[in-house]
Amino acid sequence: MQEHVVVIYPHPDDESFGASGTITSFREKGIPVTYLCGTLGEMGRNMGNPTFATRESLPEIRKQELIKACDVLDMELKMLGYRDKTLEFESREEVAKHLYQYLEEIEPTLVITHYPGYAVHPDHDAFGAAAIQAVGMMAKEKRPTVWAQAISRNYIDELGEPDILNDIGDVFATKLDAIMAHKSQADGMLAKIQEETQEDIETAAKTWLGIESFYTWQF
Amino acid sequence: MDTIKIDQVQKEIDARANKEVYIHLETTNGAYASHFNQEAYNVGAFIRNANVSYARGKIVGAGATYRVGLKLDIGWIYAEGVNQYEIDDEGRLLMAGHDNEGRLMVALQIGEKPFTY
Repeated sequence: MQEHVVVIYPHPDDESFGASGTITSFREKGIPVTYLCGTLGEMGRNMGNPTFATRESLPEIRKQELIKACDVLDMELKMLGYRDKTLEFESREEVAKHLYQYLEEIEPTLVITHYPGYAVHPDHDAFGAAAIQAVGMMAKEKRPTVWAQAISRNYIDELGEPDILNDIGDVFATKLDAIMAHKSQADGMLAKIQEETQEDIETAAKTWLGIESFYTWQF
Repeated sequence: MDTIKIDQVQKEIDARANKEVYIHLETTNGAYASHFNQEAYNVGAFIRNANVSYARGKIVGAGATYRVGLKLDIGWIYAEGVNQYEIDDEGRLLMAGHDNEGRLMVALQIGEKPFTY
């Protein structure tokens, strides 16, 4: 079976902060990657620093940032059209079926998503759960591996060490470029990381984001 | 968005009184508040496209932040902490308050057509 990776996250920038190093490594091996992005981050509260977006202009700005980041990462993008903050209130079944249709068509060998219950943002938890349900709907012989990403403060205590630890140091510059594509969001986030670690932005970001870790999901 | 000029914003509020309007009202401290600071507590609320008409609207405050109240037949719409405003390209009055890192903390928006949902 031909390798193909599908990344399933709800917000523009989740892919860049969370998995862009891993994505870059796959692309360097010539493996296609498709991003199923749930929303346009319409309700994000970062408006740039200094602010350049409004609640009403933010969706289009983030859409363009997302397209740019996917260009940087050389991955295909599908925007699924849900609304930020509302995923947990949608029908889990319907969201899972929606994702399932994409998976049936793409036939990925690997799916990367959030670890439900350990992913902090309610959209992460809900979309991760729907993604895993969607993979579970596939026939066993067609079912891809799932790498689930946990973010919460307590995840190692409760889940143990993640089994996939990708040191992405070699491709970190690309990761930083992808993050920077999300200008409205990155200004605030990177400043925060820098403030907490008191280092220059690249070193600080590398300390925080230099390893991408995942749990292989057991069905 | 520009810093609020109270007289101008009052005129914009008056211009939208006694009409059918759509309101977006929101406050949030972000979905990551308690992730970054364990002492913090996540709060947020939003209403998108409340279809109302207000008889009187007023902006009050001085200096850094302002309060806006809209008086309805059977209630009120209230926001505290707005400090910037804009009339966007669709003629909607957008008011918002941001923290010193540019993050939105409160928004009150009045449009004559529904906001995209």
